[in-house]
Amino acid sequence: MIEFRAVTKRFEDGTIAVDELDLTVEAGTITVFVGPSGCGKTTSLRMVNRMIDPTSGTILVDGKDVLTVDPPTLRRGIGYVIQQAGLFPHRTVLDNVATVPLLSGWDRRKARTRAAELLEIVGLDPAFGKRYPAQLSGGQQQRVGVARALAADPPVLLMDEPFSAVDPVVREGLQDELLRLQAELDKTIVFVTHDIDEALKLGERVAVFQTGGHLAQYAKPAELLSAPANDFVASFVGRDRGYRTLTFLHADVPVHPVDTAKLGQRVAVTDWTLVVDDQDRPKGWLSGVDGEIEVSDQDLIAGGSLYDGSTLRGALDAALSSPSALGVTVDDNGAVVGVVRADDVIKALAKARAAGEVPK
Amino acid sequence: MGGWLFDPAHWSGPTGIPVRLLEHLGYTLMTLLIAAVIAIPLGAFVGHTGKGGFVVVGLSNALRALPTTAVLILVVLWAGLGDFPVYVALVLLAIPPIMAGTYAGIRAVDPVTVDAARGVGMRESGVLLKVEIPNALPLIYGGFRGAALQVVATATIAAYTGAGGLGRLVFDGLALQEFGQMLAGAVLVALLAVLVDLGFAGLQRLTVSPGLRPVGTGGKT
Repeated sequence: MIEFRAVTKRFEDGTIAVDELDLTVEAGTITVFVGPSGCGKTTSLRMVNRMIDPTSGTILVDGKDVLTVDPPTLRRGIGYVIQQAGLFPHRTVLDNVATVPLLSGWDRRKARTRAAELLEIVGLDPAFGKRYPAQLSGGQQQRVGVARALAADPPVLLMDEPFSAVDPVVREGLQDELLRLQAELDKTIVFVTHDIDEALKLGERVAVFQTGGHLAQYAKPAELLSAPANDFVASFVGRDRGYRTLTFLHADVPVHPVDTAKLGQRVAVTDWTLVVDDQDRPKGWLSGVDGEIEVSDQDLIAGGSLYDGSTLRGALDAALSSPSALGVTVDDNGAVVGVVRADDVIKALAKARAAGEVPK
Repeated sequence: MGGWLFDPAHWSGPTGIPVRLLEHLGYTLMTLLIAAVIAIPLGAFVGHTGKGGFVVVGLSNALRALPTTAVLILVVLWAGLGDFPVYVALVLLAIPPIMAGTYAGIRAVDPVTVDAARGVGMRESGVLLKVEIPNALPLIYGGFRGAALQVVATATIAAYTGAGGLGRLVFDGLALQEFGQMLAGAVLVALLAVLVDLGFAGLQRLTVSPGLRPVGTGGKT
């Protein structure tokens, strides 16, 4: 657990980076600090491991005032991941990961064995261990950065915009990986980003910082979307927040049957028909035609996104993106179960709201 | 004219070419050692703390402007003949490029890397010795090899005050009007400069991390 108690940071030039911050980061959660540049989110993070010391106030990590601990000792007990990874260019990947164990006095062999384990944990082939950072892609470097931070198994992990320098596709992969890792490792993670989508995706709790170092709101993602504390939060979480709220709602949407046909089959197509393969996995749509046809690949109209039964957002998107306006629902094997309709999603939302499941 | 250089009589005895070469190499290596011991810690300290950069630049420029021969004569007048004045003059010559190279090398280390070094819990000495200096090595070697070339060339003036080295060939040749001997001295100095530089290039290859070499294929720079 990390507690900020009335923490203020005023820089020498007089700017107030963090203003009277009171906030508690619960153990075992991912807490995201988000906000525009100059809002004090990175300064707040860096005060936890004393890369910056506060002007006034107290920061406690697991009940211990950080100002009472010698900074290098404190930092060895707190994982630290930064933008562009900050790997040591002159050391191999393996030795980069082994840095903190070696600083903490482990013998070299034990540190390297541990480092090799960590490369696997973050999804890198241990063969990468012999390479140097310059030989890795940005995404791979960032994985190594995470491995280095985890090497001594610290309970707390500080991540300062770790994924903002990689391209969007890789970033999404790294985010999913972080969520998977966290499910296994159960660390107390503070994650700083300026990207609200990243914040809403990763954070169990999200702290929105406002320019001038004020904490504007500290809440669960669904609550930020449905009940922003002020205009700043409302505009920062964005215009699609009504739609995004659906991400956090898990409600039953009625699944309707749908006409299906297999490739090569002769069928009379009167209405929208879903073409499936031998395992009943969706291939595409046929629109209504006159008379019988033999179903071939050329007739298919590409489908929209698939709904896996998770959130209302997925259901609505499946319906909206489908050429037939019918969102295809699949089971765990990818086989077609039926279809959902957009109006059913809206009804489900109304029901959830009536039941008080949508935070106000 | 090349006859003097290849005359076997000049390749033996206490004043033969091998002895002069070794003396010259001795002055060079000793000078570089002393200069490095002074200049690398100074450059590293200033580079690491970021304080006093103007001192490094000012001192380097002032030292570079000193005429080496004048320094040599002044020290001879003060301390008498011998190796000491030679070392003072040559060390003052070697300090600026080594100090500037070290300072520039440490300033050029990516601030993100240095931030990470502190962030994982290295002490300031660790940040300097384990991260900044290893990453600054290519530029430190650059300054050092520049200094080495200057010192090899300039160590000829040792003979001016009666000391040894390849300068003997040049000064004795001049005194005796033996231009073959002078030429031999000049050629040998140039040859030694190339060999010394090759030696340090080899040392650089052995001591600089492969991770700092420019990446060719299959990697991102």
